[in-house]
Amino acid sequence: MNVPATRKDFMIVNMGPHHPSMHGVLRLILSLDGEDVIDCEPILGYLHRGMEKIAENRTIIQYLPYVTRWDYLATMFTEAITINGPEQLGNIQVPKRASYIRVIMLELSRIASHLLWLGPFMADIGGQTPFFYIFRERELIYDLFEAATGMRMMHNYFRIGGVAADLPHGWLDKCLDFCDYFLTGVAEYQKLITRNPIFLERVEGIGIVSAEEAINWGLSGPMLRASGVQWDLRKVDHYECYDEFDWGVQWQKEGDSLARYLVRIGEMTESIKIIQQALEGIPGGPYENLETRSFDRERNREWNDFEYRFISKKTSPTFELPKQELYVRVEAPKGELGIFLIGDQSSFPWRWKIRPPGFINLQILPQLVKRMKLADIMTILGSIDIIMGEVDR
Amino acid sequence: MIIDTTTVQAINSFSRLKSLNEVYGILWMLVPIFTLVLGITIGILVIVWLEREISAGIQQRIGPEYAGPFGVLQALADGTKLLFKENLFPSRGDTRLFSIGPSIAVISTLLSYSVIPFGYHFVLADLNIGVFLWIAISSIAPVGLLMSGYGSNNKYSFLGGLRAAAQSISYEIPLTLCVLSISLLSNSSSTVDIVEAQSKYGFGGWNLWRQPIGFIIFLISSLAECERLPFDLPEAEEELVAGYQTEYSGIKFGLFYVASYLNLLVSSLFVTVLYLGGWNISIPYISVPEFFDFEINKVGRVFGTTMGILITLVKTYLFLFIPITTRWTLPRLRMDQLLNLGWKFLLPISLGNLLLTTSSQLFSL
Repeated sequence: MNVPATRKDFMIVNMGPHHPSMHGVLRLILSLDGEDVIDCEPILGYLHRGMEKIAENRTIIQYLPYVTRWDYLATMFTEAITINGPEQLGNIQVPKRASYIRVIMLELSRIASHLLWLGPFMADIGGQTPFFYIFRERELIYDLFEAATGMRMMHNYFRIGGVAADLPHGWLDKCLDFCDYFLTGVAEYQKLITRNPIFLERVEGIGIVSAEEAINWGLSGPMLRASGVQWDLRKVDHYECYDEFDWGVQWQKEGDSLARYLVRIGEMTESIKIIQQALEGIPGGPYENLETRSFDRERNREWNDFEYRFISKKTSPTFELPKQELYVRVEAPKGELGIFLIGDQSSFPWRWKIRPPGFINLQILPQLVKRMKLADIMTILGSIDIIMGEVDR
Repeated sequence: MIIDTTTVQAINSFSRLKSLNEVYGILWMLVPIFTLVLGITIGILVIVWLEREISAGIQQRIGPEYAGPFGVLQALADGTKLLFKENLFPSRGDTRLFSIGPSIAVISTLLSYSVIPFGYHFVLADLNIGVFLWIAISSIAPVGLLMSGYGSNNKYSFLGGLRAAAQSISYEIPLTLCVLSISLLSNSSSTVDIVEAQSKYGFGGWNLWRQPIGFIIFLISSLAECERLPFDLPEAEEELVAGYQTEYSGIKFGLFYVASYLNLLVSSLFVTVLYLGGWNISIPYISVPEFFDFEINKVGRVFGTTMGILITLVKTYLFLFIPITTRWTLPRLRMDQLLNLGWKFLLPISLGNLLLTTSSQLFSL
């Protein structure tokens, strides 16, 4: 470090892909002037796995295990959108009960994602205890998921036309118990974090995004709602059965990191409200539209014959995507998760473009950190809430 | 004159004994020092164990439970493991600075233990300047941190070392001003005199009640000096990997770890001495049976001294709950907020505290 005292050079620090800060493999090249950040260049691609290319060679059922690896903390949303695309292309109706189950699972997944956002966010700011508390709550959600789907995190639960299996007996009561317990947990976080003066000093006024900027940059999700734009796809698109529940869009006006924090905490409480209403009002009925599974009797007469039905190795039920294109989107906890799907009258899609919310939201990072201190970078990055699995795909 | 050979032999053996006496004299000086160092080491082990158990309780998990009963030997196990690790040197770093840095941080803190009293005549060095020895010598520690940061040839470490030095010097001044107020109250800077001045009214004689603002400022400043959360930005994991400790491995890293806890222990001992009444039992009108009364016979004196040590340690470790709980509850302050707090908030308040103390002393005269 032989910088002569007269020359004013900026120090280039590399916050490399390996970093104790828990944000996945993101590489930031920072130009610092002492403690102030002059510029920041994010370098992506360390977790690129070729998800979009792989999708071109897989049927929907075969591709479902891959999608949970995009956003591995809010897995139900990725599955939901993988299924919603073909459903809308093929005009398939989803039974009411399946829709309710999907909504419950999606909202539980939203709570889980926001919880695991909160832990590392607080750990970056320095309070390392909430990290353990959120895992305590997340373990309960894992237990619920495991009882219903068989897996704690990478459930393979959604199917075209519904869900894979019905909820087990007693699951609804357990879920209600969880909702009651979780409300006390959120109250605990409010007491511990929201009114802490050190936390407020670290977070208030940091990384301000105005409403116009947010729309220009294409942000979505809590980042958009914290800047004063009341845009929630659940209200805009009227998908699944969100219209039957009584809930409100969480939004704030300031656009700083504190506003984003408040929006996410508020969203957790709203999700509990939705879950409770869904649990009360869940109808009976089928949980999957089995019509999609059946082979076309006319065309595959030989394969539907008696001789072939009971052979041990059956082909997976494939769904043929018509030759149309469609953009379908869902309100993931991190933003607007979208799939642009071009079908090709075969079981493989022709193009499967993923619109990851984290990737689009991350674009604003260099602008936000420009006049901030070194310690604020982690605060801002944490409040954007990215997950490298979906940023890099 | 006939010199008696036996007398000569007696004189010779006597002189040999005398030179041996000097040797024994020197050795006898080293015994209290080693006892103190041994005591400090055991104290550190206890602090580490206490921190791990308390943090585990706060985070709803169990702490170490395999190394020794209740995990008490975990710190020893960690230290031994660090001894066996490879000692890395950064390839283009300054080797001498790199090696000496941690040692300076530890030595300066160890030297301050010599003025802590555990009993009336039970202090290693009863100096007139007493408490100020601690403040003066602990100011050398930032030099050690700067050396480590610079000698690592690593931008993270350099940043961390600079931050650590800035933080240490900022918070020394409020610390010194609080200690100055205490010496005003006790008419002396010697630690023994400070404790003696608190011995008169049991609990009510503690300096804690006479200097409440000073206590809080001392608490915050000593947390900042020890670089513990909420002031641990120099070693903030999320931003700078590990600050000035990044390039260290093996026992040098162990030295930094130990230095942090040494600093914490000496700060807590000083809180006990300055504010919580030192070795006094502070419960008035306890009637001690005659056998144990320390003014009368030897057993009593031994008993009295042991009680003094025990009471100091109990007060220190009860006080330690506060820094440890604070560490795991509060988030950390950003560097400029930290410096703001030190210079613009604590310094004026501690000056005001000093002014109040001085004026109250004037009135009481």
